[in-house]
Amino acid sequence: MATEVKFYGFPLPNFELLKKQGKLIVIEGPDCSGRSTQIELLKEWLEASGYAVLNTGLKRSRLVGDVIEKAKKGNTLGKTTLSLLYCCDFADQLENQIIPALSAGYIVLADRYIFTLMARDIVRGADKEWLKKLLGFAIVPDLIIYLDVSIDILLARTFQKYGHLDYWESGMDIQLSADMFESFKKYHFLLKREYEEMAKEYNFVVIDGNQGVGIIQKRIREEILKILQEEDKNESTGTI
Amino acid sequence: MFKEIRGLGLTKTYEGRLFVVEGCDGSGKSTQIQLLKKWLEFLGYTVFFTEWNSSDLVKNATKKAKKKNLLTPTTFSLLHACDFADRYERLILPHLRAGYIVLCDRYIYTAYARDIARGCNPEWVKTVYDFAVKPTVTFYFKVPVEIAIDRVLTGRTQIKYYEAGMDLGLSTDTIESFKLYQSKIIQMYDILAGQEGFITIDGTLSIRQQQKMVREIVQRYLHDYKPPAQRWILSTFNREGETRWQLK
Repeated sequence: MATEVKFYGFPLPNFELLKKQGKLIVIEGPDCSGRSTQIELLKEWLEASGYAVLNTGLKRSRLVGDVIEKAKKGNTLGKTTLSLLYCCDFADQLENQIIPALSAGYIVLADRYIFTLMARDIVRGADKEWLKKLLGFAIVPDLIIYLDVSIDILLARTFQKYGHLDYWESGMDIQLSADMFESFKKYHFLLKREYEEMAKEYNFVVIDGNQGVGIIQKRIREEILKILQEEDKNESTGTI
Repeated sequence: MFKEIRGLGLTKTYEGRLFVVEGCDGSGKSTQIQLLKKWLEFLGYTVFFTEWNSSDLVKNATKKAKKKNLLTPTTFSLLHACDFADRYERLILPHLRAGYIVLCDRYIYTAYARDIARGCNPEWVKTVYDFAVKPTVTFYFKVPVEIAIDRVLTGRTQIKYYEAGMDLGLSTDTIESFKLYQSKIIQMYDILAGQEGFITIDGTLSIRQQQKMVREIVQRYLHDYKPPAQRWILSTFNREGETRWQLK
């Protein structure tokens, strides 16, 4: 069943009357919170149940993907420029991947969405109202899952995954501390505070990400089933 | 006179002067700003000049995207915003804060005009550029669309896809589309001129006449202007106790 698409702010030009068949499910959480592991499992599960699934994330667009990579290697980039690059990247993905998939009836699993962009920028001193308006062309998702992981566990997983701390993911660019370890902790503390505030404002389903992969997966599936069952009901009444 | 910059921890006022030229393609604005630059340099000022779409970081991405016709109104707008923001944060604002004269061939109003013509929400577009300071003076070179088009087409055989506004779907004919698109842009500028307090210059006058007007106006904003070097000299003299020393 086609439902009307809602935008957070001003609708995207040329998509004002957009309808969607599919569902947009967003998984949010900091780096190493286990998002991609969960998304892989969800994809398999959903495809096995007969749903077409699109897995999409940030920083992957053909438009400015490599500009962002290049920019982050140097260190002369301004913070507003970086915000706008990410925003542009997101717009491209929204228009060229997410929207076509949603119109075609796919379930779109978004590995991070505007909330990560907002959290990262707010921590870097961006004006929240500015960001909200800027990113207002984002479609309101059907479900937003937030994986809440304690900073100590994030730290442990970061070492497990990369073997070292990453400059950007430790927030070294905002000079919270000259010590990367200290900076990581402070940065993630600030990020967490932003996510938690947004959780209320945007109705996140907060899941304790400190648990085992299987337990988290079960919780996410329960939430997804809720929105899919609604759809099933509508469909069956439609056929009768 | 100074506009507040929202967020991102930037300074709100600037010591320098920011002169901007705006107008549709073929309005003669680039000629005028080059002459203004020559004059200011002749007077001994250090001038920083920057033009639209010239960020080292972003311009290649823009070029590539345009060549492949990949852009929608939103991404068109944001990509140009990235280019501007990069030049603004790294070049324009630091120069202004240091007290230099900055000349911009096109500023945020070009984006306003083009993006709104493409169907972006005007309030959204203005939000995107909220971080930019208001110029000291914005000159708007106003010409009828026929003259602008004649000037652009002289010596050129082809107009590019986005330049002609082909993505707006106004016409399948490039020249016709270009004309309709530029008319829309001119309409937008005319509205902005009132809203944003542009100084409108009749772009059909002779180049010298226009330049004379531009220089007269610029001069008015320079009477209390002190270039960074002068200010530096002043401050060292003061430090050495010669407080009565004054620069004429």
